[in-house]
Amino acid sequence: MAFEWFKKVKDKVASAITETPEVDTSLHAPLEAPVAAPVVPAPVIAEPVAESVVKAAPEPTPAPVVEPEAEPEPVTAAAPAPEPEPEPAPEPEPEPAPEPAPARVSQPEPERELEVGQRSFASRIRSLFTGVQFDPANLDDLEDILLLADFGVDASEAIVAEVKRLAAAVGAKTERELKNILVSVLTNSLELPNRELNLAGEKLPYVFLMVGVNGVGKTTTIGKLAAWLAEGEWQVVIGAADTFRAAAVEQVATWAKRAGAKLVGPDRDGQDPASVAFIAVETAVTDKADIVIVDTAGRLQNKLDLMSELSKIRRVVEKTVPVSEVLLVIDATTGQNGLQQAKAFAEVAQVTGVVLTKVDGTAKGGIVYSIQKELGIPVKLIGFGEGINDFAFFEADEFARGLVG
Amino acid sequence: MFGNLSDRLAQTFKNLRTKGKLTPADIDTTLREIRRALLEADVALEVVKDFIAAVRERALSDEVNQALNPAQQVVQIVNEELVAILGGEQRRLEFAKNPPTVIMLAGLQGSGKTTLAGKLANWLKDQKQTPLLVAADLQRPNAVNQLQVLGERVGVPVFAPEPGNGIGDPVKVAKDAIEFAKKQQYTMVLVDTAGRLGIDEEMMQQARDIRDAVNPDEVLFVIDSMIGQDAVNVAKAFEDGVGITGVVLTKLDGDARGGAALSVASVTGKPIIFSSTGEGIDAFEPFYPDRMASRILDMGDVLSLIEQAQRAFDADEARSMAEKMAKNQFTLEDFMEQMQQLRKMGSMKAMLAMMPGAGQLREQIDNFDEREIDRTEAIIRSMTPSERRDPKILNGSRRLRIARGSGMTVTDVNSLVNRFEQAAKMMKTVQKGGMPTGMPGMPAGMGGLGMGGGKGKAKGKDKKKGSKSGNPARRAAEEAARLAGEKPGGSSEGNGSAFGL
Repeated sequence: MAFEWFKKVKDKVASAITETPEVDTSLHAPLEAPVAAPVVPAPVIAEPVAESVVKAAPEPTPAPVVEPEAEPEPVTAAAPAPEPEPEPAPEPEPEPAPEPAPARVSQPEPERELEVGQRSFASRIRSLFTGVQFDPANLDDLEDILLLADFGVDASEAIVAEVKRLAAAVGAKTERELKNILVSVLTNSLELPNRELNLAGEKLPYVFLMVGVNGVGKTTTIGKLAAWLAEGEWQVVIGAADTFRAAAVEQVATWAKRAGAKLVGPDRDGQDPASVAFIAVETAVTDKADIVIVDTAGRLQNKLDLMSELSKIRRVVEKTVPVSEVLLVIDATTGQNGLQQAKAFAEVAQVTGVVLTKVDGTAKGGIVYSIQKELGIPVKLIGFGEGINDFAFFEADEFARGLVG
Repeated sequence: MFGNLSDRLAQTFKNLRTKGKLTPADIDTTLREIRRALLEADVALEVVKDFIAAVRERALSDEVNQALNPAQQVVQIVNEELVAILGGEQRRLEFAKNPPTVIMLAGLQGSGKTTLAGKLANWLKDQKQTPLLVAADLQRPNAVNQLQVLGERVGVPVFAPEPGNGIGDPVKVAKDAIEFAKKQQYTMVLVDTAGRLGIDEEMMQQARDIRDAVNPDEVLFVIDSMIGQDAVNVAKAFEDGVGITGVVLTKLDGDARGGAALSVASVTGKPIIFSSTGEGIDAFEPFYPDRMASRILDMGDVLSLIEQAQRAFDADEARSMAEKMAKNQFTLEDFMEQMQQLRKMGSMKAMLAMMPGAGQLREQIDNFDEREIDRTEAIIRSMTPSERRDPKILNGSRRLRIARGSGMTVTDVNSLVNRFEQAAKMMKTVQKGGMPTGMPGMPAGMGGLGMGGGKGKAKGKDKKKGSKSGNPARRAAEEAARLAGEKPGGSSEGNGSAFGL
C-alpha cells in the first residue's frame, strides 16, 4: 500500500508544477534548518514501504529513527485509507479490529506501527458500555449512556428513537442484536463524504491551517501529521504562528525536529502570527516544499479579536496560495461547548475538517456527532496518545464499533 | 437558541412566575427543563439526577406551597442547591505552618496547568509571598521552557534542573526543589506536573510518587471548564489516584456553560478554589461559589465585575472625574480617557455578559462590535484639543475635517457628538443621585457603566434592597451600593429581583 496513492498525487502535481514559473522570494531565512534532508525528488516511485525515510540526526529522545516495517503490505489488506482517486482496492469491510494497535504508547517508540491508513483506532476507544448496566429490555437507558458520551440531549434522543424503530422493525431483543443496531445507526449518521485530507490540488504547496481553543492538542497533532507526511516523502514546512503562548514556538520546533520538517518561526516575540504564516508559505514556495502546516495559537471562540486574527491569517496566506485544509482540533473531553467552537471557527476560518484528539482517555468525543450533523464538517483525523504515531484517519464504522465495544 | 444556562433557566422560570400556585405537573415540567438545561451545560448526568431529585423533594414540600410566591420559591431552592453543591463558602488556600507551603498541580493534558502555575505564582507574589516554580512536567515538549518564560514574565524563579522533553525524573526534580526552597527560604513552592490521563496507571503512579516526595499542603486539580460528561470520571480518577484538596477551573472566560464546576465539586466534594479567566497573566481570581450559582441563575456576576473595575480604575482618577462632572467640565477628552480605562477591564463583551439580566441582552451583546470603541477613539483623536474641550465649536467644516482625519463619515462624527452630549447629561443625573432609565446607546452606556467602580461610596446613601430595575447598569450600580454595606454572600435576599419576581 505504502504511500502509493500519496506519491502518485505528488508526482502528478510535481510534474505539473515544474513548468510553472517559480515565485522567488528569498526574503526571509527560516529560523531553523531542517533536521532531515530526506530524499525528495519527485520521481521516486518505490513500491515497498520498507524503503522508509531515514531521518538524519535524530534528537536524543527515543524518536523513531528507522522504520523496521518488515515487508511490503499486501495491497489487498482491508485499507480504510482515503483514496483520492478511484482505485480497485477492496472497500473497507467492517471487520472487528483488523490488527489491534499496541496497547499503550506513552512515549515515542522506535517501533513502527501500521501505516496510518490501516491503523485501527477502535481498540483505543473505551466502550460506552464499560462499567454501565445495559438492560436490553429498557432502551431508555441507552439515552443516558449516550448522554454520558457527550452526544447531547437532542442527539441522544434522536439516536435512541432510531434504534427503537429499527429494533421493533427487525424484532431485535438480545443485547448483541441491539448493539449491532446501535453500531449501524451510529455509522450511518456519522458517515460523511470528503473525509480524506485534501491533497489533490493542482498547485503546491498545500497549506494546512490548524485551529482550535487552548490546550486541545494542536501542536501535537501537527507533529504527528508532519511526521506522517514526511514519511510519505512530502516535504513539509511548519509555520510556528503561535507567537502568543510562552514557548509555543519551541514546542512545535521539537515536534518539527522529530518529524523531520522544516520550521519557520517568528523573528521576534509577539510577532504578528499572520506574518509568520505568510513567511512560512513564502519559504515553502521558495524551497519548493509540498505542504505547509501552520500552527496557530489556541483561542477561545468567544474572543472576537483573536478570532479576527485568525481570519487575517487565512487571508494573508491566501495571497500566495489557497488554503487546502483548515483543521479544527477538538479535544474528546469537550462537552456541548464543542458545537459552539465548531460554529465559531467555521465562521471565521472556513473549517474543512475536524481532528478529534485524546480519545485514549475515558472521554468519547460524542460531540463530533452534533458537529457533523449540524455543520456538515467531517471528522478527518483522530488522535490517541502522545506518541508520534498515535493517530489515524477517522472512519465512521470504526468509531461506532469502538464506542459500542 | 439559548445563550447559556442562565438563559435557559431564565426562560424556564419565566413560565413559572406567571403562576400563583404550583401543581405537581408544573414542577415536573420545570424540572424537565432544568434537567435539559443542566445537561446542555455539561453538568454530569449523575449530578443532574441527584440535583433534580433534591429540588423536586423540596419543591413538593410545604415550604413551597405556603410561600407567598411559589415560583420564586422554586428559584430560591434551585439557587440554594446550586450553592450547596458548589461548596457554599469560598475556601482559601491552606498555608503550611512551617514554610514553604507546597502546592502541586495535577490534571489532564491541555487543562492549563502550566499557564495556571504562572498565574498562581504571580498572584502569590502580589500576596507578598516568595514563590518558587518547579518544572516537573518533563513529558510534554518544551513544557519546562514554557514555565521558564512564564517565570521570567512574572518575576518568579523557576527550578528546572532537567531539560524535559522526556528526559529527567520528575520525582527527583520535585524532591530536590523542596530542599532547594528550604535552603533559599522560599515561602511557596508550586509544582507543575505533566498532564496525564486518569486511566494511565503508570502516570498516576508517577503523580503519587511526586506527591509523596514533596508532601504537598495542597494538591490542586486543574480542569478545563469546557469539559463535558467526562469531568466526573476524570475528577474521580484524580481524587482516587492522587488525592486532591482543591479544584481550579480554567478557561472560564470562554462561553462554555461551566457545568463542570458543578460536576467536579459534587463528585469529589472538594471546593473550587480558583478560576482562571483569560489570556493575561493576571486573569485569575479566587472562585466564589455563590457568585457562580448567581451566574448560573442569571443574577449576573456583579461582584466579579466590580472587583475587576476596582482593579482597573485608579481611585484618584475616578475622583477627579467625579469632580469634573460635578462642575460640569466633563469633556470629550475625559470621555476618551474613560473609555480607555474601561478597556483595561478587559473585553467589553465579557464584562457585559457578567451583568445581571444579561441573558435577555445576549443578542445585543453578541452584536456589539468592540471596534466601535476604536472608531470612537479615532474620531476624538482627530479633534483639536480645544474641540475636545468644547464640542460646541464643532461647525460643519470642522466636522468634515474630523471625519476625514479619522476615516469616518460626518454622520459618524455627528452621532458621536450627540452621544457624548447624552452621556454628559446622563452623568449629571447620576451625579445628583439618580440613575437614568432605559438602556442607553452603547458608548454612552459605557460612560454610565464606567462610574460603577469609583462611585460605590457615593451611592452608599440611597441604599435600596433588590432593585426592580430592568436596566442592568442600574442594577449593577445598586448592587455595588448594597455591597458597600454588606458582605458578599447575602445573595439570597436579592434573588427574586433578578427575575423581576
